Amino acid sequence: MTADLPPGIDRRRFDGRERFATRGEPVYGEPQDDEGWRAWDASRSKLGAMLELGMELGFEGGDGVLYLGAASGTTVSHVADFAGPTYAVEFAPRPTRDLLGVADSRPNLFPLLKDARAPETYGHVVEAGLDYLVQDVATRGQATVALRNRRFLAPDGRLVAAIKARSEDVLTDPDDVFADVLAELRNGYAISETRRLDRFHDDHLAVVAEPRPGDGRS
Amino acid sequence: MSGQNPGDSGWFRYGDPRDAESAATAITERTAEQPQNWPAEAVRAGFLAHEDEYYDALHDATVHATREAVQTRETSSGQQLQHSVAAMDDAERTANEIAERVVEWAGSLADGRSDGDDRAPDLPGGVDGAHAVADWIPETPAEERVVSLAERAVDLDAERAALRSFVESHAPAVAPNLAEMAGPVLAARLLSLAGGLESLAKKPAGTVQVLGAEDALFAHLRGRGSSPKHGVIFTHEYVRGTHPENRGSAARALAGKLAIAARIDHYSGEFKQSVHDDLTERMATIRDREVGE
Repeated sequence: MTADLPPGIDRRRFDGRERFATRGEPVYGEPQDDEGWRAWDASRSKLGAMLELGMELGFEGGDGVLYLGAASGTTVSHVADFAGPTYAVEFAPRPTRDLLGVADSRPNLFPLLKDARAPETYGHVVEAGLDYLVQDVATRGQATVALRNRRFLAPDGRLVAAIKARSEDVLTDPDDVFADVLAELRNGYAISETRRLDRFHDDHLAVVAEPRPGDGRS
Repeated sequence: MSGQNPGDSGWFRYGDPRDAESAATAITERTAEQPQNWPAEAVRAGFLAHEDEYYDALHDATVHATREAVQTRETSSGQQLQHSVAAMDDAERTANEIAERVVEWAGSLADGRSDGDDRAPDLPGGVDGAHAVADWIPETPAEERVVSLAERAVDLDAERAALRSFVESHAPAVAPNLAEMAGPVLAARLLSLAGGLESLAKKPAGTVQVLGAEDALFAHLRGRGSSPKHGVIFTHEYVRGTHPENRGSAARALAGKLAIAARIDHYSGEFKQSVHDDLTERMATIRDREVGE
C-alpha cells in the first residue's frame, strides 16, 4: 500500500472499515466523521480506486491540477480538498450544474464548461506548468485528448488517466483497445505504471505517465 | 486577436478581472493556443495585487461564466433540437411534394421532345427525378418553370440533409443516453413528441412505446381496433428488424430502456453504459425466440 500520504488525504475509519478520506463539504452523500473527513468512495471514483489499489500517484498536497471529465464533481471534490488550484473541465451541461455546487464551497476549484478535445478554448484560463493532468473522459480518442492537453503540464508533471475501453470501441477486446491507446500515448508520454481497475470499474485501465520533452504532438 | 506577446491572451486582460460579469465573457469567448503562467503574469502586469487575489477573482469568474454557459446550453439546445427535427420533416415532405409535381410535369414535356439530348425519357420518381430535371437546359418558357421548380426541390432536399446532420451532432449533447440508444434522429423525435427532455423523463414506458401512435391509441381506447404496439419507435432497427410476432415484446423492451435513458439524461446527464448493455442482451433473448410454425 502507499507508504506516505500527502497532507490532506488520510485513512479514516468509517463503519469499522478503513478508507481514504479528504476534508471538505460533503458532496454525494458520502459518510463524514466528526472531524470533517469525508470517505472517498473507490467504486464511484476512478482516482479513489487507484489509491485503494495502492498505486503510486505522488500527490504532495497543494498540487496544481487540470482535471478533464469532471462530470458532477464526485472525484474532483476530493482532489480540490487536498490539492491547490484545481481546474475542472466538463463538456456536458447537466453534470456541470452539479459541479458548480461543488465549486461553491471550494475557492481553489475552477469549473469550466469546455470541450477537452479543444484545449485552446481554455488555454487563456488554465495556467501552464501544472503538476497533474487527471483525465477521465468518456469520449473516443482518449489518447489524443491526453496528448493535446500535455501543454498544461510542467516538465516534471504527471498524467493520471483512467482509460475507458468502451469509449474507444465496444466490440474489440479491451486489452487490444488499451494496447492501441498506450501506443498512441507514447508519442508524448513515458508511461510509468498501468493497472486494471476492474475490481471497482469494469474495463478501465489506470495509466500514470510523465510528459516526454520535445517530440509528440501537443 | 492577441498581440505579439503570448502573455497578451490571458483572460484577465479583457474587461475587469474583479468584475465577474465581464471576466466571464472573456472566459467564455476568448481562446489561447498556448497557456502561460497566468497567475504570475496577472500580478506582474499589475491586474491583481497578488496571487491569492488572482485565484479569488478566477474562482468568481469561472463559476459565473460556467453557470451562464450551463443555463444557455440547457435551456436552448433542447428546443433547438425539437425545432430542427420538425423543420427536417417539413423540408422532406415539401421536397417530395414538389418533386412529384416536377416529375409529372417534366414527364409531359419530355414526351414531346425526343430530339436527341440526354434527358431520360423515364424520369425516376421523387427527389431523384427533381435532380435529373434540375440539370436540364431549358428551351421553352414552360421548361424554364419546371427546371426552376426542380431546383427548389433539390435545394430543399439539401436543406433537409443539413438539418439532419445538425440533429445528429446536437442530439448527443442534449440527451447522450437517449441519442446513443435511439439514434440521434429518433431521440430528437421522441423529445419533440413529448415536449422536451423533462416531460419525456416523466413519462411511463408504456407512453413512450406509443408516442406518435396517438390516433391508433385513441381508436383503441374508444373500443375500435387493437392496442398499438409501437409509435415512432417503429423506425428503430430493434423493432422493425424483429419478426412481427415478437415486435410487441421488442417495442416494450426498447420503450422501457428508452424511458430509463431519458431519466438518466434528465436527472444525471452522464453517459451510462450498463443500460445500453442491458438492452442489447434483452433484444438478443427476444430475437432468439422461436417464431410460428
